[in-house]
Amino acid sequence: MKYFRNLVKPYIIWSFLMIVVPLLLIVLYSVTTGGNSLVNIQFTLDNFGKIAEPIYLAVFIRSFKIGLITVLICFFMGYPLAYMIARFSEKVQSVLILVVTIPMWINMLLRTYAWISLLSDNGIINSFLVSLGFEPVTMMYTDFAVAVGLVCDFLPFMVIPIHTSLSKIDKSLIEAAYDLGANRVQTFFRVVFKLSLPGVINGVIMTFLLAISSFVIPKLLGGGQYMLIGNLIENQFISVGDWNFGSAISLLLAVVILFLIHLMKKMDPDETEEG
Amino acid sequence: MGNKIIELKGVTKNFGEQQVLKGIDLNIYENEFLTLLGPSGCGKTTTLRIIAGFDEPSQGQVLFNGIEISKLPPYKREVNTVFQKYALFPFLNVYDNVAFGLNIKKVDKSIIAQKVSKVLKLVGLEGFEKRDVTLLSGGQQQRVAIARALVNEPKVLLLDEPLGALDAKLRKEMQIELKKIQKEVGITFIFVTHDQEEALSMSDTVVVMNEGIIQQIGTPVDIYNEPENRFVADFIGESNIIEAVMLRDCLVQFDGFQFECVDKGFKDEEEVEVVLRPEDIDIVKPENAKITGVVKSLVFKGVHHEIVVQTKYRDYLIHTTDYFEVGLAVGLSFGPEDIHVMYKMDY
Amino acid sequence: MKKSRIFSYIYIGICFAFFYLPILVTMVFSFNSSKSLTKFTGFSLKWYGELLADGEIMKAVYVSVSVAIIATIVSTILGTVTAIGLSKNRKVVKEWILNINNIPIMNPEIVTAIGLMILFSSLKITKGYVTMLLAHIIFCTPYVITSVYPKVRSLDPNLANAAMDLGATPFQALTKVIIPMIKEGIYAGVLLSFTMSFDDFVISYFVTGNGVQNISIIVYNMTKRINPTINALSTIVILVLVITILIVNLVPMMIKKTKEKQRNEKAC
Repeated sequence: MKYFRNLVKPYIIWSFLMIVVPLLLIVLYSVTTGGNSLVNIQFTLDNFGKIAEPIYLAVFIRSFKIGLITVLICFFMGYPLAYMIARFSEKVQSVLILVVTIPMWINMLLRTYAWISLLSDNGIINSFLVSLGFEPVTMMYTDFAVAVGLVCDFLPFMVIPIHTSLSKIDKSLIEAAYDLGANRVQTFFRVVFKLSLPGVINGVIMTFLLAISSFVIPKLLGGGQYMLIGNLIENQFISVGDWNFGSAISLLLAVVILFLIHLMKKMDPDETEEG
Repeated sequence: MGNKIIELKGVTKNFGEQQVLKGIDLNIYENEFLTLLGPSGCGKTTTLRIIAGFDEPSQGQVLFNGIEISKLPPYKREVNTVFQKYALFPFLNVYDNVAFGLNIKKVDKSIIAQKVSKVLKLVGLEGFEKRDVTLLSGGQQQRVAIARALVNEPKVLLLDEPLGALDAKLRKEMQIELKKIQKEVGITFIFVTHDQEEALSMSDTVVVMNEGIIQQIGTPVDIYNEPENRFVADFIGESNIIEAVMLRDCLVQFDGFQFECVDKGFKDEEEVEVVLRPEDIDIVKPENAKITGVVKSLVFKGVHHEIVVQTKYRDYLIHTTDYFEVGLAVGLSFGPEDIHVMYKMDY
Repeated sequence: MKKSRIFSYIYIGICFAFFYLPILVTMVFSFNSSKSLTKFTGFSLKWYGELLADGEIMKAVYVSVSVAIIATIVSTILGTVTAIGLSKNRKVVKEWILNINNIPIMNPEIVTAIGLMILFSSLKITKGYVTMLLAHIIFCTPYVITSVYPKVRSLDPNLANAAMDLGATPFQALTKVIIPMIKEGIYAGVLLSFTMSFDDFVISYFVTGNGVQNISIIVYNMTKRINPTINALSTIVILVLVITILIVNLVPMMIKKTKEKQRNEKAC
C-alpha cells in the first residue's frame, strides 16, 4: 500500500538527529581529548584507560556490588510477592498488580525524598526507636539507605515480569506434577520455578541495570561522597568538566546495559517470537 | 451481453522481484456475474485490487467505460469492495457502517436514512441498525459488508473471497442470496474465489487463473465440459487426464487404442491431453470395452461410489451409483462426446 | 490452605507498606502544623499556603506542567503518525526505525541525558526551557510509538482500504477509521508520555540551564534543607497522579463489563 508510507519520514530525520547523533557525539568525545570544544581535538584511548585507575575502578566495583545487593533483595522479596499475587483470582490479581505498578508512576524524586524523612538521624524511625528505649541508628548516607531506596524503587520491575510468567503457567502442568507424585516443594522447584525463569531473568536484568545506572538515589540517600557510576558521570559533566572521560564512562555503561538487554531478549521466548 | 464496463489490457504487476500478474487481458460486461477462480497465489486477488485501485498495475491499462483509470485513487472510482474478512469498522454500529460512504459524500441525512434502510432490507438485516457489528455472526457481518458497499450504488461490486470465513451450510445459503442480490440490483459483480464449485454455481463467466496468467475464460458449462488445458481440467472438478495423440480430426489414440471423438482443429499427429470426467465413464463387462482392468478400491461417497480401476497404463477414477466388488475384472466404456481433447501444456 | 492464605495477606501487606509508607508519611506531615518531620503537632494547611506563596516552586510547577503538556501533544502526534506509517513500510525500514526508537527506552537515562547535553552544546543552543522541552519530546516519542505500533499492526490492513473504497480520502481514512481504532494505544501513549515527562529528573537536570527548573529539579535542590512545603507539593502531585491512573485503569474495566453485559443479554 502506497498510502501512509511517507508518514515515517519526519521521524526518520528526527530520530537520526536526536537519537543517533547524540550517541555518535558520545562516541566521538570518548575517543578524543580537547575539552568541551570540537576545535582542537585529538584522538586517544586514554579516557578508557583512566577507567582502570583505582579510584574509578572502586566506583565500578561499588556499583556492581550495590547492583547485586539490590537484585538479590528484590528477588527474594519480589518472587514470593509475585507468587502470592498469582494465586488470587484474576480480578484480585489485576487490582494487586495495579497497586504494585502505581509507585512506578510516582515521581522518583518525591519518593526518595520521602525516605529521607524516615531514615534521617532524627527521623521517624529513629524517634520511634528512641520512644521504645533503643539507641538511635545512623541510617542516612550508608549502603543500607541506598539499598532501601533502590529496592523500593525497582522492586516492581522484579515483581511484574515474574508475575507475568507465573500467571501464564498452565495449571494442568502443576496438577500433572502432583499426579506424578511430586510434593509441593518438588513441584515448585522442578516445575513452577523453571517455568517462571523467563520472568526471573527479565526482572533480574532490569533491576540490575536500573540500579547500576541510578544516580539520584545514591546521591540523596548516600550523600555527596557516595559515588556510583551515574554519580561519576554526573561529576565529570557538571563539576569536573571532563566531558571526554565522562563520555567514555557513559559509553561503557551503555554498551554493558545494551548487551544485557540483548541477552535478556534472546532468553525470553516471547520476545524472540515477535517481528 | 451488455456493454463492456471494465477492460484490462496487458496488465502486469511486480512485487519486488516477483511478477504476480503476467499480462492480463480481460473484458468485463455490464450486469455480469464474473468469477476469478484459481489457487492461492494465482493473482486473482491482485487483479481485484488493481480494479479497486488499491494497487497500481506495473504495466498495462485499466479502462472503466472506456476511460483509463489505473492511476485513479480508490476513493474516486465507481466500484465498491466486499473484503475478505469484511473489514467492518468495529467502533461503528450496523447503521453507521452502512452509512459510512454516504456520510463521507455528505449526503443529506434523511436520504441516507432512506437508502440505508432500503439496502438493509435487501440483505435481510432489517431492525439490526443499532447492533454492534462485532457481536454479529459471520453471516450477518457478511451482509453488513455487502450492504455497506451496495448503498453507494456502485457500477461494479468487487467481492474478495467473501464466503471464505463461513461454514459450509451458510456458504451455500449465501451463494444463492448473493446471486439473488446481483439480479435485484442489476450491476456487475466480480467475485474472487478458490472454490471451483462456488464459481461454477454462481457465475455467468468464470475466469480461471494460475501463476498470473488467465488459463481460460468461459461459461461454467464451457469451463467444466471443455477445459482448454490440463490445469483447468485438474482444477475444475475431478478428472482423468491422459496423454494422447490426435491422429486426425475426430480420432484420438491413447492407452493403445483409437477412439472416436468430437474435437477438431488439431494438427495431425499432435500430442494432446484427454480429459475423461469420472462420471462420464461407465463400468461394463470386460468383453464390451477396449480398456479393461481390475477394481482396485471402492469408497462410498453418499450419492455415488468412487471407484478406482487399475488398467495396464494407469488408474482411472470413476463415479457410479452401482456397486462393484474389489478385484472384479471390468471394462471401461465412454462415448465420443465424453472425450475432451486439450492442448498439451508445457511444463 | 487457610494458614498459607493468611500468611500471604500478611506478606503482601508488608510489601505494600514498604511501597506506600514513605508516601503516606509525606502526605500526613504535609498537614502538620509545625515544621517537625517526626512529631505530628496538629492539623493545618499552613504548608499548602506557603507552597502557593513560593514563587520559585510555583514557577517550577508551571515548567513541569507546561513542558509535560506540550511534549505530550507533540510526541503523541509524531509517534502516532510514525507508528501508522511504519506498518506500511518494508521490513528492513521498519526494523531499523524500531531499533533506533528503542535506544532511548533501553539506554540508561543518564546516557541519553549527556548525549543530549553534548548535542545542544555542540549546536550552541542555550540551555533552558526550549532544550528541556526538546529533550522531553525526544524521550517521550519512543514510548508513544511502542504503545501505538502494536495496535496499528493488529489492524486488518483492509480497514483503511475499505474506507477509501467507500470514498474517503487517505486523510479521512486516517481520521475516521485508523485513529478511532488505535485510540487505546494513543491514550496509553499520552498517559505514558505525560507521566514520563512530568516525573523526569535525570534528563531535565542535564539539559536545563539559566534557572529553569521543573518540580524534580527543585526537590533535588531542596533536599539539603528539609522543607515541609515539599511535602505539600508531593501530596498534590501524587494525588493527581494516582487519581488519573485509577481512572485510566478503572474506566476500561467498566466499559468492558458493560459490553460483556450486553453480550450476555443478547445471548439469552
